[in-house]
Amino acid sequence: MGFLNPPPVRRLPLGGEQATVVESNGQGSPSFVGAPRERAGASGIAIDRMHVQQLSVAYGPKLAVDSVSLPIRQGEVLALIGPSGCGKTTLLRSLNRLTELTSTASMKGRITLDGEDIAALEPTALRRRVTMVFQQPNPFPMSVFDNVAYVLREQASRRPKKRQLQGLVREALERAGLYDEVAADLGHPALRLSGGQQQRLCIARALAANPEVLLLDEPCSALDPQSTKVIEDLIVQLREQVAVVIVTHNLQQAYRVADYVAFMYLGELVEYGAVDQVFGASREPRTREYVSGGFG
Amino acid sequence: MTTTAARPQIRESSASWRLSDRIGLAFAWLLGLMFLAVTAGIVLYMMVQGIKYISPTLMFTSPAAGFSESESGGFLDPLLGTVIVALLALVIAFPIGLGVGVWLSEYGRPAWLARLTESTVEMLAGSPSIVFALFGVLLFEQGAVGFLSRTNDGVVYGRSFLAAAAMLSLIALPLVVANVREGLQAIPGHVREASYAVGKTKLATTRRILLPAARPSVVTGAMLGLGRVIGDTAIIVLLLGATLRFNGAGDIPILETLRGTGSTLTSYVYANAPTGEANQPHKAYAAGFVLLMMVLLLNFAVDVAVRRGRRMTWAS
Amino acid sequence: MLGALVCGVLAFVLLLIVFVFREAWPSFQHNGLAWFGSGGNPDQQIEKIFTSGNLLQEPVYTFHAWPIIWGTILVTGGAVALSFVAALFVSVFVVEFAPEWIRRILEPVIRLLASVPSVIFGLLGVLILVPFIGDHVITEGNRRSVSYIVSLSGYSLMAGVLILSLMIAPLMIALFADGLRAVPRGWLEGSLGLGINRWRTFWKIGVRTARPALVAGTVLATARAIGEVVMLAMVTGGVAFAPNPADGLIFFVEPTRPLAATILQTAEELTSPPMRQTIFAMASVLLFSAVMLSLAGWAIKQPMKRYGVRA
Repeated sequence: MGFLNPPPVRRLPLGGEQATVVESNGQGSPSFVGAPRERAGASGIAIDRMHVQQLSVAYGPKLAVDSVSLPIRQGEVLALIGPSGCGKTTLLRSLNRLTELTSTASMKGRITLDGEDIAALEPTALRRRVTMVFQQPNPFPMSVFDNVAYVLREQASRRPKKRQLQGLVREALERAGLYDEVAADLGHPALRLSGGQQQRLCIARALAANPEVLLLDEPCSALDPQSTKVIEDLIVQLREQVAVVIVTHNLQQAYRVADYVAFMYLGELVEYGAVDQVFGASREPRTREYVSGGFG
Repeated sequence: MTTTAARPQIRESSASWRLSDRIGLAFAWLLGLMFLAVTAGIVLYMMVQGIKYISPTLMFTSPAAGFSESESGGFLDPLLGTVIVALLALVIAFPIGLGVGVWLSEYGRPAWLARLTESTVEMLAGSPSIVFALFGVLLFEQGAVGFLSRTNDGVVYGRSFLAAAAMLSLIALPLVVANVREGLQAIPGHVREASYAVGKTKLATTRRILLPAARPSVVTGAMLGLGRVIGDTAIIVLLLGATLRFNGAGDIPILETLRGTGSTLTSYVYANAPTGEANQPHKAYAAGFVLLMMVLLLNFAVDVAVRRGRRMTWAS
Repeated sequence: MLGALVCGVLAFVLLLIVFVFREAWPSFQHNGLAWFGSGGNPDQQIEKIFTSGNLLQEPVYTFHAWPIIWGTILVTGGAVALSFVAALFVSVFVVEFAPEWIRRILEPVIRLLASVPSVIFGLLGVLILVPFIGDHVITEGNRRSVSYIVSLSGYSLMAGVLILSLMIAPLMIALFADGLRAVPRGWLEGSLGLGINRWRTFWKIGVRTARPALVAGTVLATARAIGEVVMLAMVTGGVAFAPNPADGLIFFVEPTRPLAATILQTAEELTSPPMRQTIFAMASVLLFSAVMLSLAGWAIKQPMKRYGVRA
């Protein structure tokens, strides 16, 4: 009777105590979404991919990100958490220079990808190595096959052969865990897939580019709990092949998928550390307040 | 899952813009600037030539039959003719267009009738004006409508300002209808519901609340229609009788002009171009200049009206 | 009450269609399908038709309109093709790639071009373009080689096509630009986020999504081109001659006279009954093509709806 167990209780810290999480796993572990599940352990790989060094981003006069530094490694999932407007999405978008699309944006500091400063790279080339999945699934108005093939066709300087394409499309769809569901009809219009399938298609598209880093901007916020679970499992699986950075406002999701967590507040990086440490024994009082539901 | 496989060969190249992309972008720039240049060239050239040849005498004297430029007078009559026929056409097209637009937007039952009406208005918009002109010839030569033009010896002439204006209204109509509909459809539903909730009829709601709110669009539609009417030549040539000066019919003061024949700036330019009968290019330039100025002013007024309309948006 | 007004308008339009076709019928009846065929010089045929209308003789209806129809097809097709390419690139430029200050100038300029009356285009064409073609493009050699058939002055197919494309381009640009602006930003951003450059993103996703607008713009522009009367009457030469592609480059500078222009220039001859009926026959062909174009546009848009492209 797992569903009768109440959700885990987070006690508000009063008078300086540390927040504790009353977990109700073990026997009769609750099976509904919202409860902390068994976390996968660390992957054992940690390859440095990107380094953010003293990054500040401003939109006009307003500072959105203030002197943030953190590493991004393949083999780990980095979760950016924080209340609305704290700058986590801006930080994410500056990793692949999408902030440049806004004319009022300006940037200070350095971000490197495999040692190279990304400001020196051509934006389009950068965005093939650091790809992004957006909050709202946005498959193109084409078939499932064409959505993935589009990326492959448009990135190459020569048109890839049909057979090569088919293999690569299939591989991307498999990595996204979508292939089995669409294999029957790859010509199916992408917009007619369910929300969760569309988002996985977007992930497949992002993976088709064979990126080194995968950025996810609240990828499950528009999806139902079942699809969310599927995608979260997928993210954990993918972390060994690509470095994953995920922005989420869902703390439980962050706890489930992340290895490292960065908590941001009003543009500052308040705390960065391993997930158990940030959630269980955070150093900063603001972090403790946030993860126990005090604000945000 | 296994670790990443070696990168396939497809993902090569450092250049993310292929040559064809660059050429495409360059082409787009080229065409955009060329367009600008050509339009500026046309307007400026017309203005230069027009200013060269225009004079107050031209604008305010009536045309006279004559063989040399200095004899043949000015284009006062055609100028007035343009104004008269345009206003007349608008007087006919505006109420009808308003009515049809309101019906399509607020009533629209039965559905097949609404669709038919939409298609018909679209068809009118896409039909050549010369077809309307020909139909006008047929229509106005019928005895029953002989009062709209002159009758000589029992044969209805069928060409007059009224006839021309009636057919011209057909080309202004689709523009009025489209803009009225757009203006009305932009008004959110809760405004109508609020009005019905206090017991107002649909007609009263439309008259008192919706139409005043849609006024910018309605005015835009009228002005756009006016612009098209001013620029038309085909209907004028066929239905206005092609007399240089006003040639009234009958005795009633204003009505006689309307029932009579005349010309407009467009038919004047057509006649004075090298391909026309009179072949006096200088007069053509001058008249063309005035015509272009009228159209430019209208265009500018439409821009202002649209901008003002956009400032008042609905909180929805 | 408004419903009655609407029905009145519909009835009027119906009347229009019926009357035009009814008046046109005798001409079709006498010629059958040969009306559209070739055979003889339409100008001469028009002469004969007109003079036969004086009620003293048997009215003559023989009319083979092919040179006029061919001229119409060439002028319209050429102008639409030229204008389509130009309009596509200019609209992409205006919507996405033009710097802000250029955009602010270009948009009103395009609207301006759309409102210039056709008679002014005709005037400028006759006074500038035609002499230019006559003096600089056509050589004496060209003239001599076709002098036994037709005389080459600047009044030509080329002049008509060039000016007509200029006239219909603003219409296409406006509709194309509307379609491009309606492309959901999410799709464009998604493509950029995958590392596709701006040109390709806009071209492959934006233009592809805007295909219904492209169709609508082309259909409307074609209808406008077919119905263009005054400008074409002034610059294409007023001769019902069918330009012959086999003539090589001279083909572009041969004169012709499209359908609508023919109607305008024979308008004085409406008094002669058989001539009137022939003229109405030409008008009904125009009307028919306008209706067919609307239907074609609607039909082309249907298959596009499958993949979610909003039409």
